[in-house]
Amino acid sequence: MILGRITGSVVSTIHHPVVDGRKLLVAERLDSDGQPTGGYVIAIDAIGAGKGETVLILDEGNGARQILDDADAPVRSVVVGVVDAVELEKS
Amino acid sequence: MLLGRVIGTVVPAVVVDELSATPLLWVQPLDRDGRAKGEPLVCADGTRMAGPGQVIYWVASREAALTLEPSFVPVDDAIVGLVDEVRLYPADDFR
Repeated sequence: MILGRITGSVVSTIHHPVVDGRKLLVAERLDSDGQPTGGYVIAIDAIGAGKGETVLILDEGNGARQILDDADAPVRSVVVGVVDAVELEKS
Repeated sequence: MLLGRVIGTVVPAVVVDELSATPLLWVQPLDRDGRAKGEPLVCADGTRMAGPGQVIYWVASREAALTLEPSFVPVDDAIVGLVDEVRLYPADDFR
């Protein structure tokens, strides 16, 4: 899983049926210090994450299909958690 | 999934049977601000409605094949949906 921050959403009328009724979020990828890495991902929202929240994003197809309960879902990225805090042991 | 813009079509002379009715499109991957990022690639069009100029979102690997019916096809990038609008929140709102 990866850390991300919700920075936007995607509006899509024509799409694969798996996207029906689901929210597509734009998330910038974060490193362990919470800084943007420059990358982003479009993920399906499974928990009701919102603007600016730091989230946990599942970035793997099989797990995504389990969460969406659809064995044929062409989806890899799903927002699966909202992060309160990341604690790192400083070395 | 990532954003991309359709920049052209690909018309194959010979393809495997499973792809004989599948539209193939050239897609330029985009960053979230809509700027080109990376090398163009050929995507199968799972929606069958995309065309040049259209902004889309696409997926790679096994998930790409799942956009098509039947889904056991030799495809590694595919369009999942068409983008009407990308709404980016102002960065000041949460930084």
